Amino acid sequence: MTRVVTLKIDDIDATGREDETVLEVAIEHGIQIPRLCALEGLTPVGACRLCLVEVAGSSKLLPACTTYVTEGMVVTTNSERLKKYRRMTIELLFTEGNHVCSVCVVNGRCELQNLAIRLGVDHMRIPYLYPKRIVDASHERFALDPNRCVLCTRCVRVCGEIEGAHTWDLMSRGIDSAVITDLNMPWGDSETCTACGKCVQVCPTGALFEKGMAVGEMTKRASFLATLTASREDGR
Amino acid sequence: MASDAVGALPDENGKQRLIVLENAGMIDPEDIESYMAVGGYATFNDVLQSMTPPEVIDQIRNSGLRGRGGAGYPAGLKWSTVGKALGAQKYVVCNGDEGDPGAFMDRSIMEADPHRVLEGMMIAAYAVGASQGYLYVRAEYPLAIKRLKHAIKQAEKHGLLGHNISGTPFSLSLQVRLGAGAFVCGEETALLASIEGRRGQPRPRPPYPAESGLWGCPTLINNVETYANVVPILREGAEWFAGIGTERSKGTKVFALSGRIARTGLIEVPMGITLREIIYDIGGGIPDGRKFKAVQTGGPSGGCIPAAHIDTPVDYESLKQVGSMMGSGGMIVMDDSSCMVDVAKYFLEFCMTESCGKCVPCRVGTAQMHGLLEKICEGEATLDDLEMLEELCDMVTNTSLCGLGQAAPNAVVTTLHFFRDEYMAHIVDKTCPAHVCPVSRKEAVQ
Repeated sequence: MTRVVTLKIDDIDATGREDETVLEVAIEHGIQIPRLCALEGLTPVGACRLCLVEVAGSSKLLPACTTYVTEGMVVTTNSERLKKYRRMTIELLFTEGNHVCSVCVVNGRCELQNLAIRLGVDHMRIPYLYPKRIVDASHERFALDPNRCVLCTRCVRVCGEIEGAHTWDLMSRGIDSAVITDLNMPWGDSETCTACGKCVQVCPTGALFEKGMAVGEMTKRASFLATLTASREDGR
Repeated sequence: MASDAVGALPDENGKQRLIVLENAGMIDPEDIESYMAVGGYATFNDVLQSMTPPEVIDQIRNSGLRGRGGAGYPAGLKWSTVGKALGAQKYVVCNGDEGDPGAFMDRSIMEADPHRVLEGMMIAAYAVGASQGYLYVRAEYPLAIKRLKHAIKQAEKHGLLGHNISGTPFSLSLQVRLGAGAFVCGEETALLASIEGRRGQPRPRPPYPAESGLWGCPTLINNVETYANVVPILREGAEWFAGIGTERSKGTKVFALSGRIARTGLIEVPMGITLREIIYDIGGGIPDGRKFKAVQTGGPSGGCIPAAHIDTPVDYESLKQVGSMMGSGGMIVMDDSSCMVDVAKYFLEFCMTESCGKCVPCRVGTAQMHGLLEKICEGEATLDDLEMLEELCDMVTNTSLCGLGQAAPNAVVTTLHFFRDEYMAHIVDKTCPAHVCPVSRKEAVQ
C-alpha cells in the first residue's frame, strides 16, 4: 500500500503519495521548478540539473524529478543559491551549442529560451564554444539541428519507452555527446523510425522540428504524452 | 612460476605492513594449488561450515573495514544493507575498473593474487545471500582478465564455485565482464549499467545499488582491494584488523607511488602513517637533489597536498581535511619542476574527456573550466577569468550528477588554495615560475 505523506515545499504545506516525486507534488501545488529533461510520462533521468532543490537534512542538492517525497520533508525550490546555479546551467547550455533564437523555428515557444528569460539570463559571461555540428534534413517530414540540442534525451526516451522504436540513441561522450538515429546513419535512411513525430513534439528546443515551418512558427505539443500514458494505464 | 607478478617495494625500515599483498610475488597466481598451499580457501570453507551470514557481516562490521575504492564507506554497513534487502536474487560485483592516472594497485592484486579476490567475493556472496557475481575489469588489463578467468575455472573444478558448494545449500557462479575504456564506469551505477549492456552512464542515487542494483536486484559492489581484505579479517578476526591503523580508518592501504620519487612502485602501509614517512622512508625521497613540492592523492578526483602538509597522516578524514581524498590509492609525487596550474589543467582535462556527457555541469562546466585554465597557461587570462573559474568550481562540485563531476574541480580547488601565487604569476606577471606553461615561452621571445 502506498502511503500518503505531508511535507513542506517553499513553506507551503503539501500532500503527496510516497510514489510521487518532489517535482510532481510541487507542480500539483502550483510551484513551478525549472526543468529541461523531465517530462511527465517519461522516465526521469536527472540530467539537466535545473530542478535541483534543497532538502533539509541533506548536504547535497537533490534533483526534484528523481527524489521521492517522504513524511515531514522540508523542500526549498527557489533559494538564491539554487537560482545562481540555474542561471549558470542555462549559460553553459547556451555556450555549448549554437543557439540563435532569431532564426529558430520555435522562437518565442522554446523551453530553453523561456527559462533564460524567466531566470534573467540576458548575457553570457563565459565564451561560446561554437561547435561544428551538421544539420540532418534527410528525413521526409522532420529535421534535426544538433546545434540547438541540449541533450535532454527526451527524444531517446519517448522513442524507446512510448513508441517502442528505439531509433534515437546517444553516441560519444563528454562535450562530444550527440543524439543519433540508428547506428549514426542519416535519419532519412533509418529503418526503425516510424515517422510518428513524437520526438519532435517532446523536444524542448528547435533541435527537432517539422519541415516547412518558418521562424517562430512551430509549436511543440507534448501534451499527447500524458493522455497516451493515462489511456494505456486504463487499458491494463 | 609466473615471475611477472608484482609485489610490494622492499621494506627497508619496517614501515610497511603486508596484508593485502601478503601473497603477491610469493605464489604462482596461475595455480590454485599454490594459493591453497599458503592457506587459501581454508577461510572460505571455515566460514561456510561454521558461520552464519549475520556472523560474517558482524566480523566485517567490527573490523572497521571501509571501502578501498575511494569514498571509504563502511563495508560492514553496506554488506548488512544488502543482506537485509528483500529479493530472491542478489548479486555481488567486484569493481576492477581502476582508471586513475598513476594507479596500479588493483591491477597488481588481480594479477598477483586473483584467488584472494575470488575468495573475498565468495565470502561476501555467502554473507549477503547472492548466487551470482561479476568481476568488472577494464579491458586494458589483459593479464588480470586472463588470470581471473583462469582462477574462476580452477575454483569451479575444485568445487569452490557452482551448485551446493561443499555440500551446503550455498551456490555461486562468478563471471568476468570487460569494461571498454570509460573511466566513468568505475562509478558504481555506471558500472552496473555497463554490465547490463547499456550505455555506461551514472544515474541519480538513491536508490543505491544495495537496494536496487543489477537488473533492479539488491547488489553488493566493492572494490578489488576491499574484497582482498576480507580473507585476513575472517582468518585473524575482526579485533586483530581493528588493531591496525587509526581510530576511524582501520587496516592498511595499498598505494601506487609514482612521479618524482627515488623508488616508484607498490607499497602497503598501515593507515595513519604520514606522507613524509611514505615519501622519504619508503620512497627514498626526491631524486636529483630537487625540492619536494606537492603530492597528488586520490587520482583525478583528489587534490594536491603541499609540502607544508607533509606530516598529514594518511587516513580518510585527514586527507579530506587538507582538501584531497584517499581515493583508490594513486600517489603522484611532484618536485619544483612542476607547475601547479599545469598539473591542475592536466587532471581537469582528464575529467573533461572522461565525462559521460549526461549532466550539464560536468559536460559543459569542465570544458569551460579547461578553456579558462588554458587561457591562464597562455598568459592571456584576467582576474575576472579567475573569478569565473572559481564560480564554476563551486557550481560543478555542487550540481553534478555523480562523483566524477562532483570531484572534477578538486585539482583546481586545492591548487588554488595552496598555490594561488602561481596562478597570480600567470595572470598578473605573465610568467610561469616553473617554466612549464606556454606563457614562459612567450616571455623568452620578448
